[in-house]
Amino acid sequence: MTVTRTDSGTWPASGTVPPAIELAGVRKHFGQVRAVDGIDMTVASGEIVAFLGPNGAGKTSTIDIVLGLSRPDSGSVSVYGMAPRRAIAHGLISAVMQTGGLLKDLTVYETVEYTASLFAHSQSPREALSRAGIAEIADRRVGKCSGGEQQRLRFAMALMPDPELLVLDEPTTGMDVEGRRNFWSAIRKDAEQGRTVLFATHYLEEADAYADRIVLVRHGKIVADGTASEIKAMAAGRTVRATLPGAAEADLRDVPGAEVVEVRGETVLIHSKDSDATARYLLTQTAARDLEVTARGIEDAFIALTGDDTHSAATHSAGTGTAATDSAASAGAI
Amino acid sequence: MSTTPSAFAADLAARRMPPAGGFNLTALRLEIRRLLRNRRTVIITIIFPVFFFLIFGLNKAYASDKIGHGNEAAFIMVSLGLYGAVFAATSAGAMVSIERAQGWSRQLRLTPLSPVAYILMKVLTALVLGAGSVAVVFIAGALTNKASMPAYLWVVSGLSVWVGSLLFAAFGLLMGFLLPAENVIQLMSLMLTLLSFAGGLFIPISQFPQTVQDICKWTPLYGLNQLVHTPLLGTGVDWTWVVNVLAWLVIFVGGAALRFRQDTSRV
Repeated sequence: MTVTRTDSGTWPASGTVPPAIELAGVRKHFGQVRAVDGIDMTVASGEIVAFLGPNGAGKTSTIDIVLGLSRPDSGSVSVYGMAPRRAIAHGLISAVMQTGGLLKDLTVYETVEYTASLFAHSQSPREALSRAGIAEIADRRVGKCSGGEQQRLRFAMALMPDPELLVLDEPTTGMDVEGRRNFWSAIRKDAEQGRTVLFATHYLEEADAYADRIVLVRHGKIVADGTASEIKAMAAGRTVRATLPGAAEADLRDVPGAEVVEVRGETVLIHSKDSDATARYLLTQTAARDLEVTARGIEDAFIALTGDDTHSAATHSAGTGTAATDSAASAGAI
Repeated sequence: MSTTPSAFAADLAARRMPPAGGFNLTALRLEIRRLLRNRRTVIITIIFPVFFFLIFGLNKAYASDKIGHGNEAAFIMVSLGLYGAVFAATSAGAMVSIERAQGWSRQLRLTPLSPVAYILMKVLTALVLGAGSVAVVFIAGALTNKASMPAYLWVVSGLSVWVGSLLFAAFGLLMGFLLPAENVIQLMSLMLTLLSFAGGLFIPISQFPQTVQDICKWTPLYGLNQLVHTPLLGTGVDWTWVVNVLAWLVIFVGGAALRFRQDTSRV
């Protein structure tokens, strides 16, 4: 691996290193379903990007296009400035797929050996097995391996050409907690050497914990693109909760910072963009007590941005594109 | 630590594509090992033909009867060699069905392996197993000392059977692309058994009613079976046998190529 990220995280402006992935106006439909509905995305060399979205958001369809397994109806795709199929032939890109792709009657070692033999340059199979943490089951038949072991085998296979770009499609689906942790620790260790990684997931924690950048997709479109903290900030603000007997929603609308007000019996919930001002007002100007301030997590951001109800649809149509920076700015105001 | 575009370019230049579309002997060895790991395939292609030869080929009532340049036992040996080799070739070809079902074909598309190199490996795997199948039947024929024909005919007949079995590697590939993995082996075994009867591998088709005989002459093993026995019988080649083999070759290769193309361009 000779290509690593510069300290600043960007390539020299004068450089000609092409982006790891460049998608422009990519569309793909299956019958009436628009699986990918106009995706523009550039992944720079050295980035670790999470492709996050609910099931059916178009993640796998987009990944298939990046890998050259499927052709877009329109739009362009390039991997290190070349067609995906050519990037694969040169060993620049490899992938860990969600399921399948293994022969049950080969052993773990034979599977990696077979894969290695197909590339002009490849790492040693033993080395890849130990990097994937499955060296001790090298002689086991693939059909007898657990889901987690099979997934680490797919990872070992993907390492064979020592690719610049590794693509993982929901790599931990169906794994138990420990399997998931082991898998990610292997990926993380590997990525430290500067490999570019794009992974699709619908687990928020995974995106939050392992990615530098999160690209949120919904209905085949990118709805947000930024760092984990920027994404969280998109659904920014905090909830102030207090006990206030006899409160009426109408009276609380003008509370400083309040965006959404809800009264449940004696409890008031105020979603606020300035929780300090809201709390100060409630404690000094009203009879409120038992006051609590809670931050919204990435989970809320995710639901807000990918939810299907009209309210959140409105939220993110406003949020597309520049939303990350806008909200980051408003989050900074808290 | 930063890398310049020129270092990237150098790295890119160092990343060559594999020669011969990724075709290599390691993968071929693993393909053959996989095929041999399938007990059912080994039993059908290696044990069955020998077993049948020991039963039918050594029958004292007719085994030593002279026929062409050799004897009846040699004739049966060639038929059963063909049966084994055809089964081996079809099995190797039909493996693509299982590979497609397990997602292996898709996985291979994430490697530099070219589709043509993949098919070539399947064909060579078929030839290796087919060679083993012919060899054991011929060895059984030699060891039991019943099959008799001139030395050169052992070589010529063996080679004809072996090369002829390639027709069925194409048949296996076509079946592999057409049939679902769960029952490809069962369906294939059934079809080959019927085709073997129709082709006259087990009993001469002259024993069937005339109408059945007429139908049999159109089936894909008939022409091949006639041709591989020609050296032993010393009779001339009937052009209809050649047409039969070529026509089926076009159908199997064309069909497999068509399905294969649809498969790899599936989007």
